[in-house]
Amino acid sequence: MDRANTKTRMRTARRFAKAGCWVASIAFMLAADPSLAALVYNLQTPVTPIGEQIFDLHTYILWICVVIFVCVFSVMFYSIFAHRKSKGHQAAQFHENTLVEVVWTVIPFLILLFMAIPATETVLAMKDTSVPDVTIKVTGYQWKWGYDYLDEGFGFVSNLATPYAQIYNQEAKGEHYLLDVDQPLVVPAGKKVRVLITAGDVIHSWWVPAFGVKQDAIPGFVRDSWFKAEKPGIYRGQCAELCGKEHGFMPVVVEVKSQEDYSKWASEQKKKSAPAADDPNKVWDAKELAARGEKVYAANCLACHQADGKGVPPAFPPLDGSKVATGPVAAHLDVVLNGVVKNGQPTAMVAWKNTLSPTDIAAVVTYERNAWGNHVGDAVQPAQVASAKR
Amino acid sequence: MSSIPHHQGPGHAIDDAHAHDEHAHHPGGIMRWITTTNHKDIGTLYLWFSFIMFIAGGCLALTIRTELFHPGLQIVDPEFFNSLTTLHGLIMIFGAIMPAAVGFANWQVPLMIGAPDMAFARMNNWSFWLLPFAAVLLFASFFVPGGAAAGGWTLYAPLSVQAGMGMDLTIFAIHIMGASSIMGSINIITTILNLRAPGMTMMKMPLFVWTWLITAYLLIAVMPVLAGAVTMLLTDRHFGTSFFNAAGGGDPVMFQHIFWFFGHPEVYIMILPSFGIVSTILPAFSRKPLFGYASMVYATSSIAILSFIVWAHHMFTVGMPAAGQLFFMYATMLIAVPTGVKVFNWVTTMWKGSMTFETPMLFAIGFIFLFTMGGFTGLVLAITPVDIQLQDTYYVVAHFHYVLVAGSLFAFFGGVYYWLPKWSGRMYNEKLGEWHFWLTMIFFNVTFFPMHFLGLAGMPRRVPDYATQFTDWNMVATIGAYGFGLSQLLFFYIVLSCIRSGPPAPAKPWEGADTLEWTLPSPLPYHTFETPPAIK
Repeated sequence: MDRANTKTRMRTARRFAKAGCWVASIAFMLAADPSLAALVYNLQTPVTPIGEQIFDLHTYILWICVVIFVCVFSVMFYSIFAHRKSKGHQAAQFHENTLVEVVWTVIPFLILLFMAIPATETVLAMKDTSVPDVTIKVTGYQWKWGYDYLDEGFGFVSNLATPYAQIYNQEAKGEHYLLDVDQPLVVPAGKKVRVLITAGDVIHSWWVPAFGVKQDAIPGFVRDSWFKAEKPGIYRGQCAELCGKEHGFMPVVVEVKSQEDYSKWASEQKKKSAPAADDPNKVWDAKELAARGEKVYAANCLACHQADGKGVPPAFPPLDGSKVATGPVAAHLDVVLNGVVKNGQPTAMVAWKNTLSPTDIAAVVTYERNAWGNHVGDAVQPAQVASAKR
Repeated sequence: MSSIPHHQGPGHAIDDAHAHDEHAHHPGGIMRWITTTNHKDIGTLYLWFSFIMFIAGGCLALTIRTELFHPGLQIVDPEFFNSLTTLHGLIMIFGAIMPAAVGFANWQVPLMIGAPDMAFARMNNWSFWLLPFAAVLLFASFFVPGGAAAGGWTLYAPLSVQAGMGMDLTIFAIHIMGASSIMGSINIITTILNLRAPGMTMMKMPLFVWTWLITAYLLIAVMPVLAGAVTMLLTDRHFGTSFFNAAGGGDPVMFQHIFWFFGHPEVYIMILPSFGIVSTILPAFSRKPLFGYASMVYATSSIAILSFIVWAHHMFTVGMPAAGQLFFMYATMLIAVPTGVKVFNWVTTMWKGSMTFETPMLFAIGFIFLFTMGGFTGLVLAITPVDIQLQDTYYVVAHFHYVLVAGSLFAFFGGVYYWLPKWSGRMYNEKLGEWHFWLTMIFFNVTFFPMHFLGLAGMPRRVPDYATQFTDWNMVATIGAYGFGLSQLLFFYIVLSCIRSGPPAPAKPWEGADTLEWTLPSPLPYHTFETPPAIK
């Protein structure tokens, strides 16, 4: 089987897929009210060459299966209708026929070969992460994604942006419910982007359906994958490996920009992430710190410790009235900076010293000590955090 | 000696029933069941236990489906939701499907090979009575601090290392259930290899016996592997080892390799006995011998052997080298060949038969139809690039429910309807049985077919909440799930009313049935084949 032949077959397969989709969607539109016309029933429209290959491969395999299915079951149903006792059909007593048995072993084997050839081509293409234009490190955390632009030297963390009020049905659900983040990954269109994927705590999986990329993020190991998005736009996916309580709430959003817009964006990011953004020696006012801390808390701590600080004991302890949050600052800082380790194993309370800036940590600790029923009254300064870090 | 059954022809042995009952000296009441070493009693215990677990696991599933009826969080919080999916999986696999299969083996293997009982009667008692304790541990884990295990039934490290003590209870429950399975398997293998009636050569054994022989070998091979995996998890959790912790020199992916080296043969452990049941029912109601007996035996054996070299197809997204992905893809695709042989054999067995469609036959045909669909989605998932897109989505959920519910469970329903007249000596209500089949068939598809669409469109599995474009199909699935669940109460009613007040069943209610158990009277005497039958 040469490549050109495979391509033609794929194109035919794709045409069939389109025809099938049309039949299906017309059936749905006739059968259901207009609001149901938007039913989802197939893979998302691919925007990368790999995504397209996967789409075509699925369609091709599906149609082979449909053909076999129709053949086998038309025989079975014919037999059910024709060879029944109520029609007076006498049972034949034949059994065992070597020729038949060899034929139905060999033919499926040959069909499998025709499936394996295009599948192999795609596997090899997916694995080819060489010569990327951009390299980005993706880190899965409970429960958010960290993105580091290795060529440019900046990075940020991307959190779920859907408000909790929508999740708990207190507000109407927004357009991109659960698939919206505060800061999407931004990549240039038409460029080969290599993603290095790892995790900070448990296994996650970075998945963008339209790109055909799904790669588990494994703590302690780095895996890679690649994509080349042809069309500017915003593409949405989710974490695909159960990673604990908020697994359903850590979306992946990728914004593909034209090269020009991307360069502009990247240089802005570089400026913003310059260490000067937050002067680590600045002395903050307690109110300012608490206000900033509330935002940091909402983005990083609320999922476990809850908006009311009551947590979900015993897995996620309360902060409201807790010994740590109302006791000495040093112990409180230690928990936030280094996380909690029990029996030599990290717990769900991970170390934050590498993911949050000293200013953010100072802010959130100040907030926790003065929110809800806690009234310690002190303000923790970034400089204190920086020294505790050492 | 009046207890020699007249195996030569059906119906001849009915007058022996009374003579047998005099040998049935056993304690009455609850002590009968606690102390029993009788394969029929133990088979009954296994089947009722698995039915209770099936209902319990079903309640967890309905809670899951209720939460997923609408987007947003309504009735459970996310951590408890994860416990529900985890325990639903564990209870259905280790509590419902596997014990049900052992229940069938206990009842049928001695009857089908002309043996008086299982080889190790006391061990048989013990392997059953371990199970309730494991079940208590699993259910108790909901009430310990931190709640039940919430890392999925696959218990992937390091997430399961993070969990509370519910995980420890789960680990111990798995140890106990594993011990029970291994003892059960040793018993079944020994019985089949040593207690066959004279003249019952290996290649004369009913196919159900063959499939269970192979299943039992699979169990002995892989249950210790699972026990090892969860023991390493236990020591990682409490004794400072780092098998699965990269920071200590371990590897989280190693857990998955070990788990799936158990997990994939486990898939066949759950389906092979069902193949055997279907291969028994189909010829009986087609009134025609199974088309290719020998090739069915070979196909089952090839599936069992292949099942050991395909495990990593559950892990295509962990990032294996291309050679690894290709090897596991090709090996997995190969399984389609013997599986195809089985389906072709079943269809050819029906071809030119003289078929009637009582409830067991309906479930057997439903099995072939839906199991084949599960087989096709399995083939789609074998294709590595497509699998990478569909891994951990609802497509996978749809796939394994087609092979486990429409596969294993449908065959078990068929088996119960087929053998209940023999076991209880009474007929079930045929009309209600057919209702049970059609309701189960329709609601099963309403529940699980839309999940293919959800998975293709990108809905991940194991999430308590979802984006709004997935709402319609989730609502359909939830409605189907309630219909499916309620239909099983009908099954309970049918079985109960059959046992209590069904009309007496003849010794051989099925015209085309030809295995040894039908030469015995209905109801079965407490002890059978004390003197082995002669096989021609």
